[in-house]
Amino acid sequence: MASYPIPPASDPEVDRDEAALIERVRRGEKELFHELIRPYERGLYLTTYAILRNPADAEEAVQECLLKAFAHIDQLRSDGKFKGWLLLIAINEARMRRRKGHQSLFESLDGESNAEEANMFKPRQFADWRDVPSEIVEKKDVRVAVRKALETLPQKYREVFVLRDMQGLSVGETARILEISAPAVKTQLHRARLQMREQLAPLFGKSWAERLPFFKGKKTW
Amino acid sequence: MVSCKTVLRELSNYIDGDLEPGLRAEIEKHPRWHRRCSVLADSTRKMLYIVGDEHVFEIPEGYSERLHHFLEQEMGRAEM
Repeated sequence: MASYPIPPASDPEVDRDEAALIERVRRGEKELFHELIRPYERGLYLTTYAILRNPADAEEAVQECLLKAFAHIDQLRSDGKFKGWLLLIAINEARMRRRKGHQSLFESLDGESNAEEANMFKPRQFADWRDVPSEIVEKKDVRVAVRKALETLPQKYREVFVLRDMQGLSVGETARILEISAPAVKTQLHRARLQMREQLAPLFGKSWAERLPFFKGKKTW
Repeated sequence: MVSCKTVLRELSNYIDGDLEPGLRAEIEKHPRWHRRCSVLADSTRKMLYIVGDEHVFEIPEGYSERLHHFLEQEMGRAEM
């Protein structure tokens, strides 16, 4: 089976002394909070969007999430992971907004049928994927396809997929944040991955040469 | 030799390196004689590679600026 490098999730804590930054914010250097949260902005948006599926709502949820994080930063245990803590607040904020917006009724019906499908899931798309140039993620159509594929996932699969595969959390961290068991995370993740692959296969099955101008006229493999 | 059904069922565990060595070895033997399962595993890995780059997800223009402006305004009122 061919191996393909799955990049490790970026860990800003490795590149900076996050604990020291948190401590300085706690001691009153409020302006440093901006610096503290900057590496997580994108991931928080993605997480709230995965739940709310509306850009404006997702953005507001991130704002409220970070305001709560700022107000309660004393409650973060010194040995706690800041990223996981932020994601937990973001998930709770987005879920609360989702309940208020009554989206869950439609989502649950939608999700139910998708879940049934997942139980009987059989992959149909077997287009071979060749090398994946890093530039591909910058392509508009790829971005749109990923967003649409994500939106087709049932809610519970989407949350697990975003935390585990897009935010790079461990199975244990994902389970803790979503308050489900580790085996449930694995099961839902597996189904989410198969569905995501299936949704994206038609796009990536085509030659990269058709999508990347600089590859025109040249085989990529 | 493991079946295609087993490969499909264990694919995520295989990718995550979360299988006991015996089953892992069996699965690694399987695609040698079955291309479809090999393609399935390979394309799933590649899908994960793509979505693992958070830049694949588009963020609304001005999002960061609005966020920090909001925090600037509101943090002054919030009590830690």
